[in-house]
Amino acid sequence: MVPFAGYEMPVLYESVIAEHKAVRTDSGAFDVSHMGVLEIDGPEAHQALQRLLSNDLDRARPGTALYTLLTNESGGIVDDLIVYRRGETSYLLVVNASNRETDVAWLSERLLAGVQLRDLSDERAIVAVQGPRALERLGLAPAGSFTFAEIELFGVPCICARTGYTGELGCELICAAERATELWDAVLAAGAVPCGLGARDTLRLEACLPLHGQDITSETDPISAGLGWACVLEKEFTGAPLLREIKAEGPAMRLAAFVMDEPGIPRQGMPIVPDGHVTSGTHSPMLDKGIGMGYVPARKSKPWSMLTIDVRGRPLWAKVVTKPIVTSSRKYTDRQGEW
Amino acid sequence: MAAAENYPADLKYHREHDWVRIEGGEAVFGITWKAQDMLGELVFFQPPQIGAAVDKDGSYGEVESVKAVSDLIAPLSGKVVAVNEKVQAEPETVNADPYGAGWLVRVQLSDPGETEALLDADAYKQLAAEE
Repeated sequence: MVPFAGYEMPVLYESVIAEHKAVRTDSGAFDVSHMGVLEIDGPEAHQALQRLLSNDLDRARPGTALYTLLTNESGGIVDDLIVYRRGETSYLLVVNASNRETDVAWLSERLLAGVQLRDLSDERAIVAVQGPRALERLGLAPAGSFTFAEIELFGVPCICARTGYTGELGCELICAAERATELWDAVLAAGAVPCGLGARDTLRLEACLPLHGQDITSETDPISAGLGWACVLEKEFTGAPLLREIKAEGPAMRLAAFVMDEPGIPRQGMPIVPDGHVTSGTHSPMLDKGIGMGYVPARKSKPWSMLTIDVRGRPLWAKVVTKPIVTSSRKYTDRQGEW
Repeated sequence: MAAAENYPADLKYHREHDWVRIEGGEAVFGITWKAQDMLGELVFFQPPQIGAAVDKDGSYGEVESVKAVSDLIAPLSGKVVAVNEKVQAEPETVNADPYGAGWLVRVQLSDPGETEALLDADAYKQLAAEE
């Protein structure tokens, strides 16, 4: 167990690799109750959030969710989050645990009268069930990605959202904290393999989903990070003018995904020679190779570009690949042969 | 499958969680049950070159698990005569059998007298229990 944002969390239950493979081939369950849950509503909620979030809430009908960024005046990323539109003027934001307090302060300062913000994090638990067989195991009908509904699952009332952080089919179940154990036990009884933080990190990195605090920070902008698709620059929101400039000029550095071409595992902070650095790196259980993401000069960020990564003094070759690196429906294969 | 905790009595140990099996003028090195348990599932073994000199208490290679990297500390000095290719291909062999199939390198010893400084199984077991 490790402390994480005030919660005690398991890095693994049995085996990071076995848990990872369960999610890619069948289904796994994650207790992600540490994540922040903020409720925002009131007659002005829609307009207020439109001015603060990078994505366009007009794209979200009630019952749908959007991945979006909370940006600062310089276009840096305060946090990345999922906004759930519950009604015309009622929203739920699921934010990173380590940014919960920052986000609450940021939003409170900028929301106007007529908007209510409530931090429900301590009253809510979240169980993510992910994998190609996740919905089937829970007896849930297929539903469109980024939709959600209030349902009763195994007798527990919850919001069931078709979202996740693994690149797989699946759902995130938001329920009252006091019903969490009951829901968790039922999900495991349905056959999902319990997964810890270790597998959560290797899965999200294979799927090239950025981690705030590593791949994206308040110092990095969404255009350089490849998250321009979540920024609707035709509307006004905090930092939009600077982001339009970055987009027009083209960013100097871009967040690239890469696969090692030689044995070795890239890790956060390692230099990409001569100019760049690794923001996330790990051993890919599905490829059995080192993989990672990092900022590199834009001209070297295209697939098939070769990078040199300084792995504790050993210069090792890595190849830029298209994102995602691996999901159950897509796997990077090295057409230039094996090591 | 992980092995059960054990520290064979016929081996010598270094306090950095390495074991040695002395066979005449040569020795086999590996990491202890405690070391593989602390690291978790191994996914990478960076061995030394055959012929490379290793110095007692110095690093002779690296092992990595999903989340951590660790230097391999040489319990004795000498010259590398063999590396375990099975562990290079399947590093998890170390978790399954740290004292058998999971051996790491074979070394031609340059100063057999150095073994005096190593721990026996009981002394190492006590050290491992305290950490």
